[in-house]
Amino acid sequence: MAKQLLINDLDKEGIATLAGYKAHGGYAALEKAVKMKPEEVVSEVQKSGLRGRGGAGFPTGMKWSFIAKPPGVPRYLVCNADESEPGTFKDRYLMQRKPHILIEGMIISSFALGANTSYIYIRGEMMYQFHILEKAIQEAYDAGYLGKNILGTGYDLDLYVHPGAGAYICGEETGLIESLEGKRGNPRIKPPFPAVKGVWQCPTVVNNVETLAAVVPIINMTGDEYAKIGIGRSTGTKLISASGHINKPGVYEIELGLPVEEFLYSDQYCGGIRNGKKLKAVVAGGSSVPILPGEKLLKTPKGEPRLMSYESLSEGGFGEGTMLGSGGFIVMDEDTSVVKNLWNFTRFYHHESCGQCSPCREGTGWMEKILHKFLDGHGTMADIDLLWDIQSKIDGRTICPLGDAASWPVASAIRHFRSEFEEYVKNGENMRDIQHYYRVNNLQPA
Amino acid sequence: MPKVTIDGISIEVPEGTSILNAARMIGGEIVPPAMCYYTKLETSGGYCRTCMVKVVKGSEKDPRPMPKLVASCRQPVMDGMEVQNITSPEVVEARAGVVEFLLMNHPLDCPICDQAGECNLQDLGYEHGKDGTRYEFGRREFEKKDIGDKIQLHMTRCILCYRCVKVADQLCPSRVHGVMNRGDVAEISTYIEKAIDNEMSGNMIDVCPVGALTDKTFRFKSRVWFTKPVEAHRNCTKCSGNVRLWFKGEDVLRVTGRKDQWGEVKEFICNECRYDKKNVSDWVIEQPTHVDRHSVISQNHYENLKQMKLDTQRLKAKLPEKKTNGNTK
Repeated sequence: MAKQLLINDLDKEGIATLAGYKAHGGYAALEKAVKMKPEEVVSEVQKSGLRGRGGAGFPTGMKWSFIAKPPGVPRYLVCNADESEPGTFKDRYLMQRKPHILIEGMIISSFALGANTSYIYIRGEMMYQFHILEKAIQEAYDAGYLGKNILGTGYDLDLYVHPGAGAYICGEETGLIESLEGKRGNPRIKPPFPAVKGVWQCPTVVNNVETLAAVVPIINMTGDEYAKIGIGRSTGTKLISASGHINKPGVYEIELGLPVEEFLYSDQYCGGIRNGKKLKAVVAGGSSVPILPGEKLLKTPKGEPRLMSYESLSEGGFGEGTMLGSGGFIVMDEDTSVVKNLWNFTRFYHHESCGQCSPCREGTGWMEKILHKFLDGHGTMADIDLLWDIQSKIDGRTICPLGDAASWPVASAIRHFRSEFEEYVKNGENMRDIQHYYRVNNLQPA
Repeated sequence: MPKVTIDGISIEVPEGTSILNAARMIGGEIVPPAMCYYTKLETSGGYCRTCMVKVVKGSEKDPRPMPKLVASCRQPVMDGMEVQNITSPEVVEARAGVVEFLLMNHPLDCPICDQAGECNLQDLGYEHGKDGTRYEFGRREFEKKDIGDKIQLHMTRCILCYRCVKVADQLCPSRVHGVMNRGDVAEISTYIEKAIDNEMSGNMIDVCPVGALTDKTFRFKSRVWFTKPVEAHRNCTKCSGNVRLWFKGEDVLRVTGRKDQWGEVKEFICNECRYDKKNVSDWVIEQPTHVDRHSVISQNHYENLKQMKLDTQRLKAKLPEKKTNGNTK
């Protein structure tokens, strides 16, 4: 059995409550951490090589060391629980089943950063998890882990859960900060970065739920031990949300460096493609990352088996590789239409674009309309090139990464599955699928 | 003072100057166009992406180029920075793309638009755009709305530059104006249709780069090129009173702020000056307005632009063939 650091003990009774969590070793890391100096906690995290689990994979210790420390200005830690990437559902699972690991991780991290107020910005749709967290925070206050003078150290911390209104863009860190301040969730223009001017123009660190939870095992087992798990610069364990045409969809905790083939086919994890079908394509890290055909996913361009790690998945650049992203592993079998899937993704980005900068505001809608045209059977060969051109004019030209995220799936689908687009051009009239519209729009057929 | 080189021309500028403002100090053709940036409005800029430039050398200390195109209106210069604007085919191409995006849902109703002739989007399309559009779907439409009794909002023409939102934020005492909805259906709106009624709200008309916010006292009175601008002033208790009057014959058809060569007003004016003082006797006339190259009133305006366009085409001809299924990313 592979090492599980985050979603272990889920079968134990009452693990969602403070008493149950404590009975299985909970809050030991906090008691250890408050005896250390804040800088020592930061250096443990730096030694562990932990990288941001939200998608970008930026080293967490380095992010923490960047935070500005002007005297007399408060600092803030914000937990990004606005998990809304299609295909990713790991944070929700963790918060629902084991809320205290997030709270403990946040207390340790706030202590390390010197923040006296911290926020969990949770997606508006996750009301169920919001109430679980509220309850867990109250338990932590009652037990003296939060509030004034935590564990007799003289360190104060207040922790709040703030629900958003359900916008994907508020998962972008500066959009999140704006929304947290009560404004329209438009991403800010950087610089200044949140580490210098974040919440209420004060230095702020924004971390993903899983990243902050991973601080707990790091303190428990020391950073050096944690760094031994995994492979190369991808250390530790990662939660993967596996979905799509597999036998066992769900959230799995893997040690980074696990071969993709083992993850996909072993009974311990996904259990292979359902109904004995063949693998066609995989979106390996949530809808924003490039889609890869099965054979390119299992083998790197050098012919070596691909591993579940930041480096191995991105080997070969965007032409031949993809990204680990947030770990939303969407598997598609041979019957799946890449064009239909792409239309659905693009529809999502069109719907979620904040409308601030023109390439993303106008371009996402345009791409969706063209893809719709393909599905209607009216696409032309020129439209494929047009689609390619539009995405190239969005990619890298926008304020926040939503523009990039909208253009990468389009680029990769055309790159790897151009023949499918051509098939729609040649034979689109017969490939129209009215049931598809009913399905994706949750409508009942007339 | 940091020294920056834009398209091969070097200039020393004060600390914290943006690339756009450094380029404006140099002047001429190397100045990137700006649709949303407005010097007098804080935190404006960064939205429209027309002013994107390429930074080929970050600074003397860190000479690495910036990986993406940057919005020159919000990026401060560093010492030793090297910037490419019109000398970079990538920038020219990207800008043409942005113009296409901006015009995609724009109604192009210039023949009936009051802004025609002094519209930034017209100039932008003419100077940096392509001949046609590849967009073949329906354009989005909104109902016309009244914002207060003197301003009409025609959202269909809006390019969401956020300038008027910043005016509401920064000039008007209580904010009643913002953006509703998101993505390509986002719209400028007042809170539950509440009319804007305060001293400085009329400046929204001046800052609007397109014909989305128009002066109802001037709507459909005249094309701008049939009016004659003169500089004038009066003693005003609410603002500086320095304005521009637009004459047709003997009549003052409208009053606006004085705009500089970048299309930005020098001083914001109050609503009393703008709407209520339309008699010549209200004003002390100073001199005729200097008509710059951005005005359609100027002679040979489009002749000069034609030459510029030829230059741009020559630049584009040098572009390498585009790959349609580019394997390099």
